[in-house]
Amino acid sequence: MTDFLMPSLGADMETGTVVEWRVKPGSPVKKGDVIAVVETHKGAIEVECFEEGTVSELCVEEGEEVPVGALLARLNGPGEPAAQPEPGEKVQEQAPAPRKAPAAEPARAPRERAPEGEAAPEARVAVTPAARRRAAERGLDPATLKGTGIDGSVTLADVEAAAPSAFARPPAEAAEPAAPPRKAKRGFDPDQMRQAIAAAMSRSKREIPHYYLTSTMDLGRAVGWLEAFNRERAPDERLLPAVVLLKATALALGKVPQLNGFWENGAFRPGPGVHLGWAISLRGGGLVAPAIHNADKTSLPDLMAALRDLVGRARAGGLRSSELIDPTVTITSLGERGADSVIGVIYPPQVAIIGFGRIAERPWVVDGGIEKRPLVSVSLSGDHRASDGHTGGKLLAAIDDLLQQPEAL
Amino acid sequence: MTEAAIRKLAAEVLGDIAPEAEPGTLSDDEDMREALDLDSMDFLNFVIGLHKGSGVDIPEADYPKLFTMKGVVSYFSRDSG
Repeated sequence: MTDFLMPSLGADMETGTVVEWRVKPGSPVKKGDVIAVVETHKGAIEVECFEEGTVSELCVEEGEEVPVGALLARLNGPGEPAAQPEPGEKVQEQAPAPRKAPAAEPARAPRERAPEGEAAPEARVAVTPAARRRAAERGLDPATLKGTGIDGSVTLADVEAAAPSAFARPPAEAAEPAAPPRKAKRGFDPDQMRQAIAAAMSRSKREIPHYYLTSTMDLGRAVGWLEAFNRERAPDERLLPAVVLLKATALALGKVPQLNGFWENGAFRPGPGVHLGWAISLRGGGLVAPAIHNADKTSLPDLMAALRDLVGRARAGGLRSSELIDPTVTITSLGERGADSVIGVIYPPQVAIIGFGRIAERPWVVDGGIEKRPLVSVSLSGDHRASDGHTGGKLLAAIDDLLQQPEAL
Repeated sequence: MTEAAIRKLAAEVLGDIAPEAEPGTLSDDEDMREALDLDSMDFLNFVIGLHKGSGVDIPEADYPKLFTMKGVVSYFSRDSG
């Protein structure tokens, strides 16, 4: 028997809403199968299973919002009989997710709530993060609410229950928000996303001692190689410069692995592969940086396809949980109309972010003479706990070297 | 292609790329990359859509001719009457 918990899809996630189950009790599942669609501030995310077995019980209704780490479903292993759920509590037996935000409260599975009427503590009222946020949305003071959580804490349900009576809402509006089972919405909520970015970036700036390096690189060869490559191809087979930058960075990280991984519990843990988080700005505001897995081992055309697919799904909804959990480093590239350079803020618990400014033609000294060359400013923000500027400098030098041999990428 | 057909194709392709944009707000002389906030990937998808919808080959060197609606209309009118 395994508990399947609400995963943490990044340092900035506290809760998620199950909007759709893709399995039911009795469904066989294997690693990588999508078992549920969870709505977060990053849009609707397809949550994948990490083991093989059979679904024995779904513990959350569609439309229910639960904290990270809450029990979503129980699975039986491949050999196990399809047993009834055990009476004892098994929640939290297993680490909830590889990288849970330390700020998140302990998981509280919805089935664990104490019966209504159990004493709520008088002095200090505990409020779950989801409840606090919803209360703020509705202009309620959660301390005035009666908590029905396991320890008397105020839960989302308590806030939902209190809101209609606290406000004389117009009937048309009152009918709508009382948590009708939500359809899998494919977008994201810009306000929620803004708050989540604020939380993650504040944590980064509070906890991570950043150091910064920048380097200007000559892209003459890379741009020339791309033009030749694209000239012979139909538009849907052409490559963008971003793909060349991405591949060069991935290969360079293979040579300087100290910048590819996580800072956890006071130590550096190397990434299991080069899973590049690619920062994608969303129409309407906000951004998300899902992983391109094993980018160092992927060919340029395959990287282009992966990037196109990722951008489409980031904007329309439909990113997968592994894409949000796995990035080992982040790249942000401003594209052809952006600013000259960008110096990023590290996304914890990663230890580095690499930024590419706009590629622009500028004067450059080549063999003692001045030439017009396409140049790009490349930056590295590194976590000083995990590495020093000397190591960071090696990464930038390795990227530059690789960009001078585009045919080898 | 007729001008009407070109405009219809361009509007359809842009509608997929920037679904929230109001059709008709884009003026003929405006750089649509600015007006519709298109990044490099969006613009490449625009070119792919135009290529597939018209059958016209669009070399990369011609991209700047397609930054405005006026440019798009004249590009396709010229190529295939």
